[in-house]
Amino acid sequence: FSPDGHLLQVEYAQEAVRKGSTAVGVRGANAVVLGVEKKSVAKLQEERTVRKICLLDDHVVMAFAGLTADARILINRAQIECQSHKLTVEDPVTLEYITRYIAGLKQKYTQSNGRRPFGISCLIGGFDYDGKPHLYQTEPSGIYYEWKANATGRSAKTVREFLEKYYTTEEVATEAGTVKLAIRALLEVVQSGQKNLEIAVMRHGEPLVMLDSDTIEKCVTEIEKEKEEEAEKKKQKK
Amino acid sequence: MLFSEKTRTLDSILNADPVDSLFSDLLPTANNNLARHNFEVAPVKEATSFVKKWNNSCHENLKIKFNHGTTTLGFIYQGGVIVAVDSRATAGSYIASQTVKKVIEINPYLLGTMAGGAADCSFWERQLALQCRLHELRNKDRISVAAASKVLANMVYSYKGMGLSMGTMLAGWDKRGPGLYYVDNDGTRLKGKLFSVGSGSTYAYGVLDAEYDNELHDEAARELGRRAIYHAAHRDAMSGGFVSVYHVKEDGWEFVSRTDVAELHSIYKTDQFLPVS
Repeated sequence: FSPDGHLLQVEYAQEAVRKGSTAVGVRGANAVVLGVEKKSVAKLQEERTVRKICLLDDHVVMAFAGLTADARILINRAQIECQSHKLTVEDPVTLEYITRYIAGLKQKYTQSNGRRPFGISCLIGGFDYDGKPHLYQTEPSGIYYEWKANATGRSAKTVREFLEKYYTTEEVATEAGTVKLAIRALLEVVQSGQKNLEIAVMRHGEPLVMLDSDTIEKCVTEIEKEKEEEAEKKKQKK
Repeated sequence: MLFSEKTRTLDSILNADPVDSLFSDLLPTANNNLARHNFEVAPVKEATSFVKKWNNSCHENLKIKFNHGTTTLGFIYQGGVIVAVDSRATAGSYIASQTVKKVIEINPYLLGTMAGGAADCSFWERQLALQCRLHELRNKDRISVAAASKVLANMVYSYKGMGLSMGTMLAGWDKRGPGLYYVDNDGTRLKGKLFSVGSGSTYAYGVLDAEYDNELHDEAARELGRRAIYHAAHRDAMSGGFVSVYHVKEDGWEFVSRTDVAELHSIYKTDQFLPVS
């Protein structure tokens, strides 16, 4: 501990998270949407190897912000735990259980010698066995909270403020509305526009769907149109 | 070698990390065997074959023989699960007790039956009760019958071959409805609608299979359980005493009746049926 009661290593880990590319998650009534800002890929690099949204189980998906290597380890452990749970309890993991497991793992590394905390913040979303959607966020310190919508990584604060302003239960009652909200939130902070967005949609009882670039493009043009219309209205009022 | 080293979770094997072993007890996972049993093993190289020498019935110089003298049964029907047991404990040809409690109340909605070694059954089922309660506290939700039976089966599987004697049925009601599982000391775990365990099980099966019907109403189902144990107690020397009947419903188990086998004998002999209370 530092003299004023802070765990400095944990706080430095949170700084590392703030340097990572933005990830946003929105929990709708019928779907949980996770979106990340893809880092621009070099010309010779294969695009597929940069995966920031991963499946932990058929019904649990995770996006993260921070050190990708740390994330890989955590994802491995979480995937094993999901299967292990299925084996011993004969039920798929609940979102809360797997979040608690990941958070517990992160906490363990803030309290052992010779180890450093994980430098990632995870957004874990999905549907429980009983059909209820959940979205959780875990921090390097090992705490976890449930959210209706949240963002993490670079400019997370801006995105969260945007979500607080525009999140309504009517907006997310449909899947399309949830996706639109997630994309709008990401567009606020993503510099290079729609080409660098990766959106994943999780529905109850169905496998994860990664939206392809055409669908995202369509959505983005729709959003931009709406923005223009709003800007027009404002001009007219003046 | 301590038993505690034998029980390792899948996760810890695949990700052997020296730091983790320090804290693996504290991390609440589904596989956590928080009750690390530090049982003393015989200080020989091969514990299992050493133990087999003393209680394997094929051996000539048999020193300790465990009797599975009992009859217990359980079946699922439309109104829940009926569990019926006898109450005789035998040590060889000596009747040790006529008033043994062979139904173990794990928690208000889970029942376990005892067949085989009394100590083994009651110890392991109490351990199971501990794990079930921990599960409830951690996950804020009752454990399912499937998970509870799996916990028990995994616990005894680590002691496979070391002479445990336990043939138990777990009956309960969870989100999936009524559940009945048979678990024994080999680690066998079977899901079913009807089971009978013990030396008198064959007699009980005869009566049960003849009259079992899913659509029985409550009193008929309880009477069927009672009658099946009575017939087993009548013919099997190692079963007798009292017939205890329990009924597991959606809101938990209920103790139904405890009737002396002799009393049942005089009632059934005169072709009467037990008065419906």
